[in-house]
Amino acid sequence: MKQTNEPALAICQLSKTYEDGFQALKGIDLNVSPGDFFALLGPNGAGKSTTIGIICSLVRKTSGSVKVFGQDIDKDFSAAKQFVGVVPQEFNFNQFEKPIDILINQAGYYGIPHRVAAQRAEKYLKQLALWDKRDIPSRTLSGGMKRRLMIARALIHEPKLLVLDEPTAGVDIELRRSMWEFLQEINRQGTTIILTTHYLEEAESLCRNVAIIDHGTIVQNTSIRELLKQLNKETFILDTREALDSCPQVQGYPLRQTDSQTLEVEIEKSQSVNELFAGLSEQRIHVVSMRNKTNRLEELFFDLVEKNLQEKKHG
Amino acid sequence: MDNSQKWIAFSTIVRREIHRFLRIWPQTLVPPIITIVLYFVIFGKLIGSRIGEMSQLPYIQFVAPGLIMMSVITNSYSNVVSSFYGSKFQRNIEELLVSPTPNWIILLGYVVGGMSRGLGVGAMVTVLSLYFADFSLHSLPITIGIVLMTSLMFSLAGLINAIFAGSFDDISIIPTFVLTPLIYLGGVFYSIDLLGDFWGSVSLINPILYMVNAFRFGMVGITDINVAYSFAMVALFSVVLFAVALRLLEKGSRLRS
Repeated sequence: MKQTNEPALAICQLSKTYEDGFQALKGIDLNVSPGDFFALLGPNGAGKSTTIGIICSLVRKTSGSVKVFGQDIDKDFSAAKQFVGVVPQEFNFNQFEKPIDILINQAGYYGIPHRVAAQRAEKYLKQLALWDKRDIPSRTLSGGMKRRLMIARALIHEPKLLVLDEPTAGVDIELRRSMWEFLQEINRQGTTIILTTHYLEEAESLCRNVAIIDHGTIVQNTSIRELLKQLNKETFILDTREALDSCPQVQGYPLRQTDSQTLEVEIEKSQSVNELFAGLSEQRIHVVSMRNKTNRLEELFFDLVEKNLQEKKHG
Repeated sequence: MDNSQKWIAFSTIVRREIHRFLRIWPQTLVPPIITIVLYFVIFGKLIGSRIGEMSQLPYIQFVAPGLIMMSVITNSYSNVVSSFYGSKFQRNIEELLVSPTPNWIILLGYVVGGMSRGLGVGAMVTVLSLYFADFSLHSLPITIGIVLMTSLMFSLAGLINAIFAGSFDDISIIPTFVLTPLIYLGGVFYSIDLLGDFWGSVSLINPILYMVNAFRFGMVGITDINVAYSFAMVALFSVVLFAVALRLLEKGSRLRS
């Protein structure tokens, strides 16, 4: 198998038009570096799952090229597939089979001998806390366990590129955190990860680079750090110790009262939070806690998607 | 994938398919056995004893090869159609589609899985038939050859049906409205000599007639048709069905968007 320093994923002018005429991708370009933790974000129907489907061969592209670690899917899809592990959005394993059988069979489809497959299955089932459940029908697993089973299955052939389509959808917070830690660990060990998610906090916490896709086009492709620099203002929620009779006024800070002990304020990057607190202290208002109204990336995401929509409306 | 990896992928699919029908044996193995035993009791013993001879053979000896072939055909077909469509329905077929396993290995894996059940049930029915009728095997190569090719052909047909199927109804339409009439009119229960020239000639377009007669020839040494035609017919159908099934998998028809 060819080992190269090529990008983990190189997508060039990729288009997809479905049989009903819907154009899901309109010639996108995307590069993901080896070892990256990359977020592919976008609203529903933006083209994220179509892109992933093409990478793993479940969707046939209309035009363009896709290379995985230098292997062109048009020339040697078999070699390209060896590099890719996919965790789809929907559960797609045989619900009547046991987790251990699902993993060993999946390894077999990649030509991995049974002995090696059994060792790897044990390793990943233990790492993902599913070892105790290895011999029960997989339909009896909880939703979170099923998601972890799909991650274990995607890793069984030890791919260099792991693609996760909404891996933590519907997963509780504790489990989500443990999955993040697991993904960060395999990324540290060298696996390139591409993640689509609706939880923008997830992308901000895990990923180094991001592409935002909307209506089949890439509207932003940069590092998370660069993207956050574009954020000019943030909205904060302040909880006060005392109940407020009316909304306080502080020069330059547009405060809004949302209930008797809660204020909301937009602060621009050039402004100082200290000045706001000083203004509130003068009015004998004590702030006991402060938090972002929405995730910072979320604000940017909505701005970009909205901007893209307005541009489309105005031609 | 190198050849050893392809062999591992192939044997994984076959092992999984065999494990599937063994796991649900009350649905896959018991009903065909019960059905065939009832055929033997009713058509062989109760009615057969009043019919007397068919093509110079006691009726139960005449009908037994056809009943064995019927079980091979229906089980080969239904195993592949239900397993492959079930994988489509649960979307676990994607496990194979995203893997580097070549399409022809996927095809062969499912087909050999279907043949395993068809031939397994056929073997059990053959053992049971010995309780009802006495046989002296006329030609082992012809018997084995035609049963293998028939099982292959109907496993391929089952796969094509499963690829096109969009619902569970679609996987029962062909067995109910095409396969069963063809089997019943394919010389399992009678010799086509009884039909007269016209209907006898019409029967010649039924491929199952060729398989049943070749199998009957292998077992008891009588046939309504030339056995060479039977082999040629089954081989031709198998090649065509293999090519069609492989083409459908390559195109990803109803499997990839």
